[in-house]
Amino acid sequence: MRIIERRAPAVLTVAAFWAALLVSLASANTTPPQPTGPLPDFKLPVPERAADKEYLGLTTTGPFTIAQIKAQVVIIEIFSMYCPYCQREAPEVNRLYQMIENDPTLKGTIKLIGIGAGNTPFEVQVFKDKYKVPFPLFSDEDFTLHKAFGEVRTPFFIGVRINDDKTHRVFYAKLGGTEGAESFVKLMLRLSGLEQEKKP
Amino acid sequence: MKRKIHLPCALTVLLIVLCAPHASALSEAYKKNIYNPGLLKPTDSVLKVTVGDRAPDFSLPSLSGERISLSQYRGKNNVVLSFVPAAWTPVCSDQWPGYSIVEDLFKKYDTILLGITVDNIPTLYAWTNQMGELWFPVLSDFWPHGAVADTYGVLRSDGTAERALFVIDKKGIIRFIKVNDINQRPKLEDLVKALEGLGG
Repeated sequence: MRIIERRAPAVLTVAAFWAALLVSLASANTTPPQPTGPLPDFKLPVPERAADKEYLGLTTTGPFTIAQIKAQVVIIEIFSMYCPYCQREAPEVNRLYQMIENDPTLKGTIKLIGIGAGNTPFEVQVFKDKYKVPFPLFSDEDFTLHKAFGEVRTPFFIGVRINDDKTHRVFYAKLGGTEGAESFVKLMLRLSGLEQEKKP
Repeated sequence: MKRKIHLPCALTVLLIVLCAPHASALSEAYKKNIYNPGLLKPTDSVLKVTVGDRAPDFSLPSLSGERISLSQYRGKNNVVLSFVPAAWTPVCSDQWPGYSIVEDLFKKYDTILLGITVDNIPTLYAWTNQMGELWFPVLSDFWPHGAVADTYGVLRSDGTAERALFVIDKKGIIRFIKVNDINQRPKLEDLVKALEGLGG
């Protein structure tokens, strides 16, 4: 027991150093994505549903990055099945999807995905079934992606511009709902640069 | 006898403790009104009932103003008791809203859900108003403080309740108990499996 007592200050000092190091490492990853910046480095599993895989235009069978999605703009919603705001917002996000799919100039150009923060695959499926979500949803059961995204509150929307060379940049990152599908689409077109490019 | 502390082992333990999963994707529905108590001792009580026991009866005031007794469901419904630690805290605030969108699952198994905390009625009123409309009764185990939680053995030493689920069949027999790590939300599928196990 005397050895423990004698070495306790040293152990505590080293422990404090490690704790400080860990906290600094953790805090380095806790900033949400910022416009003009990149996404955190992550991959998603290819969806099992053929329709989801086709929607995303994936040619790979292994995990994929956002930049591999066949689109010029990808909108990511960080949500949770347990989040009352996300539940209330779900019909409007579905309407956003339908607006895009029903517009020939937007279909295939803008795509949506959802990431269920802390939700098991079962819980994600419950949300998908309950609100008849037509776009692909992914489980982030152990909060890995949520932590990479800066532990944002939900819902949180991120707009990502995919360039022809498959590089990308975040052009929108905001806590809260869409505030209406129509205005949200206009905002995405303007901030992503697509509106300017589509002008004759 | 001298016992040495092995420094690398001590640091590994420290790393495990500091890196232990502690995350919740808090809904923006609560704005900045959630108090974060930090990482808590996973469980802090000793169960006083076990699977196969007759569930202790109780009568508690509910948000709707009426008193609810467990025995009023005897012979009619299975009952799930969902104890959560405290209002206005991170994980608790995102647990019942999830149960609220799966009323059909509870109905499928002829089950009523009773949400219980040790908070008083005014606090529960303000808190649950942020969750949207809950279909199940919310009960206050405030006075005598935590008496029901204590009867079941889920009252923590600081006066809050454990994050615990009890599934009670129509005969009043406890068929499933889950005292979850207070820092994490129990998986919905575990509860659903327990309900499936109730049979007709």
